Amino acid sequence: MSITITVPQDAVALGLGANRVARAIVSGAEARGLDVRIVRTGTRGLLWLEPMVEVATPDGRIAYGPVTPADVESLLDANFTEGGAHPLRLGKPEEIPFLARQHRLTFHRCGVVDPVSVEDYRAHGGYRGLEAALQRDAEGIVGEVRESGLRGRGGAGFPAGIKWNTVMLAKADQKYVVCNADEGDSGTFADRIMMEGDPFNLIEGMTIAAVATGATRGYIYCRSEYPQAFRTLRTAIANGVRAGVLGDDILGSGKAFHLEVRLGAGAYICGEETSLLESLEGKRGIVRAKPPIPALKGFLGKPTLVNNVMTFTAVPYILEHGAKAYAEYGMGRSLGTLPIQLAGNIKHGGLIEYAFGITIRQVIEDFGGGTRSGRPVRAVQVGGPLGAYFPDDLLDTPLDYEAMAAKKGLVGHGGIVVFDDTVDMARQARFAFEFCATESCGKCTPCRIGATRGVETMDKVISGIRPEANLKLVADLCEVMTDGSLCAMGGLTPMPVMSAIHHFPEDFRRAGDLPVAAE
Amino acid sequence: MASSEPWNDARAAGIVAELQSLEGATLPILHALQETFGYVDARAVPMIAEALNLSRAEVHGCLTFYHDFRREPPAGRHHVKLCRAEACQAMGSDRLHGEILARMGCDWHGTSPDGVTVEPVYCLGLCANAPAALVDDEPLARLSAESLDAALKEARA
Repeated sequence: MSITITVPQDAVALGLGANRVARAIVSGAEARGLDVRIVRTGTRGLLWLEPMVEVATPDGRIAYGPVTPADVESLLDANFTEGGAHPLRLGKPEEIPFLARQHRLTFHRCGVVDPVSVEDYRAHGGYRGLEAALQRDAEGIVGEVRESGLRGRGGAGFPAGIKWNTVMLAKADQKYVVCNADEGDSGTFADRIMMEGDPFNLIEGMTIAAVATGATRGYIYCRSEYPQAFRTLRTAIANGVRAGVLGDDILGSGKAFHLEVRLGAGAYICGEETSLLESLEGKRGIVRAKPPIPALKGFLGKPTLVNNVMTFTAVPYILEHGAKAYAEYGMGRSLGTLPIQLAGNIKHGGLIEYAFGITIRQVIEDFGGGTRSGRPVRAVQVGGPLGAYFPDDLLDTPLDYEAMAAKKGLVGHGGIVVFDDTVDMARQARFAFEFCATESCGKCTPCRIGATRGVETMDKVISGIRPEANLKLVADLCEVMTDGSLCAMGGLTPMPVMSAIHHFPEDFRRAGDLPVAAE
Repeated sequence: MASSEPWNDARAAGIVAELQSLEGATLPILHALQETFGYVDARAVPMIAEALNLSRAEVHGCLTFYHDFRREPPAGRHHVKLCRAEACQAMGSDRLHGEILARMGCDWHGTSPDGVTVEPVYCLGLCANAPAALVDDEPLARLSAESLDAALKEARA
């Protein structure tokens, strides 16, 4: 019997040589007359251990990592194909503390299954949520989602059940389900890991949404910076159609759902839902004024349910296990689990699915093990490029929508980027404006002009030109952008800027006060 | 990078015809044209406009809005996208990019004498293994000037 070895083909693993590792295992095994079968999986999310190779043994899987092509010979010499001892041997992956301590409701199949196999997905509990949904009427499904307390995981945190209900009640000859997979926030990669590692979880979640809302067509709008996710989704959808879990008659229910994946074209703003819909329609990704809301007039003017990858992928669990089981996790009005992405200058970065309420410090210290550089943590940006920079004394804030908002921060898509004490916060504030200037769609003035003026004014501050007066100007500008922008791009750019100025004032006065003549 | 075909109106018209019945076909058509020819020629604009019953201004607007679409044949034979976003900054990407650009002898959006075009990108989702890059669409994590050289050498082989 052949030995099954899994090698991830998640983008991180690929970026660290996983293809060369897989090839080395095949040729090394061949030379030794070993019969091995390589299965390419996603990642389990222990990203500092990638490429993490796993061998199926009678005792369960045994992991080794991080494996480079140069390690393969010594691994074969150590009989790793039978779970043999080796310095890279990590033991059973599910017993590694980083993984064992998580609440993996949504990500439990990632890194375990063959991502594009319907059969493997079902063998690991897949499609039980859809089966349960098909036993119920639309109100029943939407009620379950509402009672679970699930909120939009894209960043806004809007209650999913209310959105689903609006689309369900809308009357139209055609409705759509659209997945926002334009995960552009720096420090976030949960959508990518899911799409590359367990795309059928997303497909199942979207299918449940289609059944509940009466939509028969769906689109996944995937960003072009994720070529591996796009390829995986395309293959998974084709396999799903062949297996009868997508198409005219899903699981023999007589209900139709046609799903297509579309590629973005490098515009951050298309992560905003109305801009995404414009782009999907084949136009420039310009933000639409609301109302009308997309739930009533969305894609091509039809009622459209737009949710993030993480929102859809939470749904199969909720339908399978019930709203109550999901709502047992979390705190306050933030129920269920949050896929936290720990990144930047961090020793043990990766995906941490955990109940809402864990503090930022617990994530960084208990899971992350401190900075990769070994220097002290100075600033932490939570929630992507539009999220606040927190100093050390705010790190005990729990990850909860309301608790973060009370500290003038946001949960966003759950990304945490750690900076050590070499960071210059004035440069980070300038970058926030620069990013907004590059990515603004240009429709509203506060964002289009404000971002550019912000860069110029920050440059003056950094060169020591009347820093106090110019910082006051920045504060004024931020107020206008917050109050006057059409969407979160211009409206939240002030968050990283003002949090940096507020919490790290010393970085904005480094150049001293130069004489005015220097201007 | 797969070598691109020279622009051909008939071939382009075939691609447009194949995809024009999709809902919101503009982006899929532009992507398919660029994949085939390495860029989207100005001659495609009236072609797409007519097929989709849009104005030329609408198609031109779409073509020029997105960072991904090129309107000139690519200058380099290989493409490097370096991530400039926050997680990579936290791992010293600014300094590293300066070093890489100096080695290559070009600036952002420029092409090195040996045919490598360098572009900035904002987040590749490899943030826990920063700094990150794409070399001809292949990801590269924990980037260094040396690992980029090695990846380019492999891409050329």
